[in-house]
Amino acid sequence: MSEHIVPVKVYLAIFVALLLGTALTVVAAFHDFPWQFNTVIALTIASFKATLVVLYFMHVRYSNRLVWVIVIAALFWMGILFALTFSDYFTRDWISIG
Amino acid sequence: MAESYTTTKHAEGHPALQHHFENMEQQREAGTLGMWVFLVTEIMFFGGMFLAYTLYRSKYPAAFASASNHLDITLGAANTGVLILSSFTMALAVYGTQVGKRKLQLFCLALTIVLGLTFLGIKAVEYKDKYVDSLIPGTLIPGHPFSPAVQVPGESFDEHKLHLLPGATVKNVEMFYWIYFAMTGMHAVHMIIGVGLLSFLLVFSVKRRYGPEYHNPIEVTGLYWHFVDIVWIFLFPLLYLLGRHLEHGG
Repeated sequence: MSEHIVPVKVYLAIFVALLLGTALTVVAAFHDFPWQFNTVIALTIASFKATLVVLYFMHVRYSNRLVWVIVIAALFWMGILFALTFSDYFTRDWISIG
Repeated sequence: MAESYTTTKHAEGHPALQHHFENMEQQREAGTLGMWVFLVTEIMFFGGMFLAYTLYRSKYPAAFASASNHLDITLGAANTGVLILSSFTMALAVYGTQVGKRKLQLFCLALTIVLGLTFLGIKAVEYKDKYVDSLIPGTLIPGHPFSPAVQVPGESFDEHKLHLLPGATVKNVEMFYWIYFAMTGMHAVHMIIGVGLLSFLLVFSVKRRYGPEYHNPIEVTGLYWHFVDIVWIFLFPLLYLLGRHLEHGG
């Protein structure tokens, strides 16, 4: 088979990294950071964990380009969903009508 | 590799090869691709709920922080650990099948099922706690409407009562719980489906259907399982953690 078989120690390293990320996000949540940094930190850690899962547990790093295209397309359309919705909601009180 | 060539050649006559595919390799790639396309629709499905969450959190930050702080962070964190471990055992089940380690394959599939059920059990305990505190939104439970007791300033601490931060209203806390139950509920439904799929895989694995030449069903179910794990990786900080730092200050 031409497929890539990920070695067990890679899975183990990712597993440990995911647990550490979880511990880190819990600790960070109780710390009072300025501005919106609590949200930024929580989402950064979650995105990092998700990326590890996608690349290694889901083998995307070793998959063909078509899989890459599909994954990136999903993120792109999620971006459209959020960008268009919030460009409406967050600008509603910029002008007053009537 | 000459060896891989012979493996593929040998696999051409595999009983699991469907007539519309040239060989096992092509069948495997097509299956994986199909699963990814399905997962894109799942990302869109959960994306709509994450959008609703983001919108209402930005509109009612104080109420969402108050409601979020009422969730049990220990159970939430424990469930995150359980799910990450289950993703690890799922990955090992795929590995065990790929390299023909049958015991590892069977053991890890069974362990993943057990961990999935553990997650659902802990989730059920949390739901029951919310029921006891009358935090099930609307009248989803007939005769038991959303009616949490609110802590009055100066009163001694009661973990069953809602601690409202300045600017928070009970009505907007209810909005958080609608979103909480919709998102964790849909996530739990996906977990139940996942445990069902894994049970089939375990039965067919015992019957020796899967091995190095044919393991795509285990692989694509793994993709689904990891996706459900990723949804929880985002749900845990968004629902349980944001607002935690305001707990004693605000």
